[in-house]
Amino acid sequence: MAVKVIELKCIGCGKCVRVCPFDAIEMKDKKAVINEKCTACGQCLEACPVEAIEKEEEKKRAGSVDVNEYRGVWVLAEQRQGNLLNVAIELLGEGRKIADALNVPLSAVLLGHNVDDIAERLIKYGADEVLYADHELLEIYTTDAYTKVIYQLVKDKKPEIILLGATNLGRDLAPRLSARIHTGLTADCTKLDVDLENRRLMQTRPAFGGNLMATIICPDHRPQMATVRPGVMEKAKYDENREGEIHKFTPDLKDEDIKAKVVEVVKAAKAIVALEDAKIIVSGGRGLGNPEGFKLIKELADKLGGVVGASRATVDAGWIEQSHQVGQTGKTVRPNLYIACGISGAIQHLAGMQESKVIVAINKDPEAPIFKVADFGIVGDLYEVIPELIEALDNVDDIVEGFKSISKGA
Amino acid sequence: MNIIVCIKQVPNTNEVRIDPVRGTLIREGVPSIINPDDRNALEEALRIKDTYENVKVTVLSMGPPQADAALREAIAMGADEGILLTDRAFAGSDTWATSTALAAGIRYIGDYSIIFCGRQAIDGDTAQVGPQIAEHLGLPQITYVEELKIEGDKVIAKRALEDGYFVIESKMPVLLTAIKELNKPRYPSIKGVYDAYKGDKVKLLSAKDIDVDFDNIGLEGSPTQVNRSFTPSGRTGQGEIFQGDYKECVNKLIVRLREKHLV
Amino acid sequence: MDFNLSKEQLMVRSIMREFTENEVKPIAAEIDKTGRFPRETVEKMAKYNMMGIPFPAEYGGAGGDDLAYIIAVEELSKWCASTGVILSAHTSLACWPIYKYGTEEQKQKYLVPLAKGEYLGAFALTEPNAGTDAASQQTTAVLDGDNYILNGTKIFITNGGQADVYIVFAMTDKSKGSRGISAFIVEKDYPGFSIGKIEEKMGIRASSTAELIFQNCIVPKENLLGKEGEGFKIAMSTLDGGRIGIAAQALGIASGALEETIKYVKERQQFGRPLAKFQGLQWMIADMATEIDAARLLVYRAAFNKSNGLPYGKEAAMAKLFASECAMNVTTKCVQLFGGYGYTMDYPMERMMRDAKITEIYEGTSQVQQMVIAAAVLK
Repeated sequence: MAVKVIELKCIGCGKCVRVCPFDAIEMKDKKAVINEKCTACGQCLEACPVEAIEKEEEKKRAGSVDVNEYRGVWVLAEQRQGNLLNVAIELLGEGRKIADALNVPLSAVLLGHNVDDIAERLIKYGADEVLYADHELLEIYTTDAYTKVIYQLVKDKKPEIILLGATNLGRDLAPRLSARIHTGLTADCTKLDVDLENRRLMQTRPAFGGNLMATIICPDHRPQMATVRPGVMEKAKYDENREGEIHKFTPDLKDEDIKAKVVEVVKAAKAIVALEDAKIIVSGGRGLGNPEGFKLIKELADKLGGVVGASRATVDAGWIEQSHQVGQTGKTVRPNLYIACGISGAIQHLAGMQESKVIVAINKDPEAPIFKVADFGIVGDLYEVIPELIEALDNVDDIVEGFKSISKGA
Repeated sequence: MNIIVCIKQVPNTNEVRIDPVRGTLIREGVPSIINPDDRNALEEALRIKDTYENVKVTVLSMGPPQADAALREAIAMGADEGILLTDRAFAGSDTWATSTALAAGIRYIGDYSIIFCGRQAIDGDTAQVGPQIAEHLGLPQITYVEELKIEGDKVIAKRALEDGYFVIESKMPVLLTAIKELNKPRYPSIKGVYDAYKGDKVKLLSAKDIDVDFDNIGLEGSPTQVNRSFTPSGRTGQGEIFQGDYKECVNKLIVRLREKHLV
Repeated sequence: MDFNLSKEQLMVRSIMREFTENEVKPIAAEIDKTGRFPRETVEKMAKYNMMGIPFPAEYGGAGGDDLAYIIAVEELSKWCASTGVILSAHTSLACWPIYKYGTEEQKQKYLVPLAKGEYLGAFALTEPNAGTDAASQQTTAVLDGDNYILNGTKIFITNGGQADVYIVFAMTDKSKGSRGISAFIVEKDYPGFSIGKIEEKMGIRASSTAELIFQNCIVPKENLLGKEGEGFKIAMSTLDGGRIGIAAQALGIASGALEETIKYVKERQQFGRPLAKFQGLQWMIADMATEIDAARLLVYRAAFNKSNGLPYGKEAAMAKLFASECAMNVTTKCVQLFGGYGYTMDYPMERMMRDAKITEIYEGTSQVQQMVIAAAVLK
């Protein structure tokens, strides 16, 4: 209640009761008591001769809204050149859980041109509806066009939550959009929960290079916006029989809306490190001693059909590109097999890979923390162990047979 | 041409450690540095200054009075002057409130062609303040800039993607955010250090000095709040660690991996 | 009494730290192994005004102070004592005497490019028979018209063969003994000047240590530094300042070694616990830390005195005596703490120990420092 009586000051004169237009004040035991009819109009404050009634300034934050007007969970389905990004499928998986918990529909927001097939797939991946803006100016992402279209959608439909992928483009769009809407945005979340009592999104993210985790809320502004790092959430399951609505529309967009124009799109010639999607990752750390060590890591990765990962230390040292970095400030990976070579296992690194199904550590130092999370470890010089391992991978069957016969013999 | 570079003084997170007993950050003795991406932004601005006539580079920061050192360092690198927004009213700002204050600071400075920010700060890694400033000022933005050219009244930037890049063109004024691939920042020169502390090269501004709505800054002006913070917990496996002859170790490992259908 | 560094000095320190980490440390082991002079580092230092820190901007310097310069040598020497001495010999022994004793013309012609780092400088006093007994100079200089003609040989000259400008001492009047010595500014291309043997050394292997040969070397008479007969005074006062540089180098070596050792003893496990948990080793670390701090206070005080126009000869000698012996003691113990690894070239400890030794020898051996101190104390 916004207006309250200070009991000690009240002299029970009853002037407030008489002036109240809403019959919201009663006298009980010679003291004024405000009931639920109060609208906080403030008439009684004027009337009170002893200043025994005060209005509690309900400190509404600037830009705050009536949160109850906002319903529904949205997921931005990022596509590039007609390809739906995996992170969109992960967001649908997470968004589904949140929407179910809040008992609201899950909408996928799709922007592009002639990507109707993607719209269909979004339904199969769990969206209840797809808000599909189709326009030739949306074929390639631009900050200006995407912000304009989504902003208008948000104004019209008032969702309570919007999730975006923390991709290079998602991290361009989300802050711009949040600033235009005047709402909060939490970047690079690794975990999302819902506080059902007040429908708050509990957004957990790393800070201080992963040394600290913080849970962020956005209590008075809507929609609650979060970007989620690729590879963190579990992908939604594809259900061929799922049905939903696709609202395709042509947004109002003109050339001059786009101030920063994309004049060329270049795919890098180098192979894409899809660390997040890799089933097997071989990672190198400071223990490699020099950038050349990654050649050996690559050799092992190739042998296993995996990809190369790296610790932050090696990336900082410039031994390998940042796209290979695994860890709290790099990529979060969950392969079936993660082989950490010469990685001591600082907590920041562990955070990015500890959900791997099987972790193998190779390290000189038997006390390295990496062994504490490893399922299997070899203590030794990686420059000797890895070549042995590469060789052994050619003879897996023989080795396994050999062990069987030994155990039988024993 | 005037360029405004927004910089943040941050603790060197490489040196931040966790108190193992209390689970809190140990900030003591951790040196403060100019945020690395911001240094790339500054370097690019200084290169433009080196290349063209009549370029003025102003560095802008919001922070406690100690952030003066970051601005002086930027001046020692070659920036012309610094402006520090410092006021208790700014305390507790999230990215929205921070960008609001910085945008007000930029309006106060006035004439500009390029606003340059780092992509993100290492203490928060949010990458939000740059685009939010652009929105507040109604400027086009190009983020993740890894290469920059100026042609007439336009900038042409390579904007990094995970698997390639966009070439983006925009008229100035424009807001750009730099990534480390953009350049290798210079060191401040020693002469620059001594010059930076001469005269009145850093101006302090309070919230009242710039035209900003107090409801939109600081803790109260921040849409987001920290609900709680905690240190990440590690996983404690009970692994099988092999030692001794490498060949034997490797063979044992192979057997285990086969059991799990991994090889 | 204020033990705080100024804001400028603090920033110089952080710049030098970062510079050392990124530009000096990565090549330190390589240039030690090959004995290669790090020309590229000198060029980088020139770019950032590190080659003339304590000199006014109008003479090409950074407009800084002696303590900032000393901190620069200290920080460089933490990872590469060779780079430290290149800067120290250049600044203290070549730039400074011109700054102090040079004419305005000499300053414009030589100090400006030296302080800007366009030229590298060196100081040539030592001869085969004039080491600690520096007054027994055998190199001669005879005035002949507009030139002096120099004849003789200098040895163990730091930056020799790399430098563009040399401060050379020679007898102009043998009959006057030490008062017959004069100082000259000699350019590397002067006729009759050549570089002889380059020394193979135990430590500071990437610094160049050369023999200089003067055979009827023609030096214009306007290149006489100071007056005739002032050479010995110039040499001794220059060395007073130079010693602070070497003391800073020693301090850097010691603190660099201890920093690395502290990291190591925390990581290295023996008997199931880190070395840092063994009390016997803790005591060693505590003693080293204390000794280094004492050295730092002595070195900084000497630099402070020099900057503030206070007497610093005795203070410089004390700083060098103490810091160089500290460097030797600390690096020896650090190698010990690293055990077998410390003795290998995989770790920088053995290099630091080799580098430390020279600080007890050059720019006045420890025994010379004791002579200087005793003379001041017993006077």
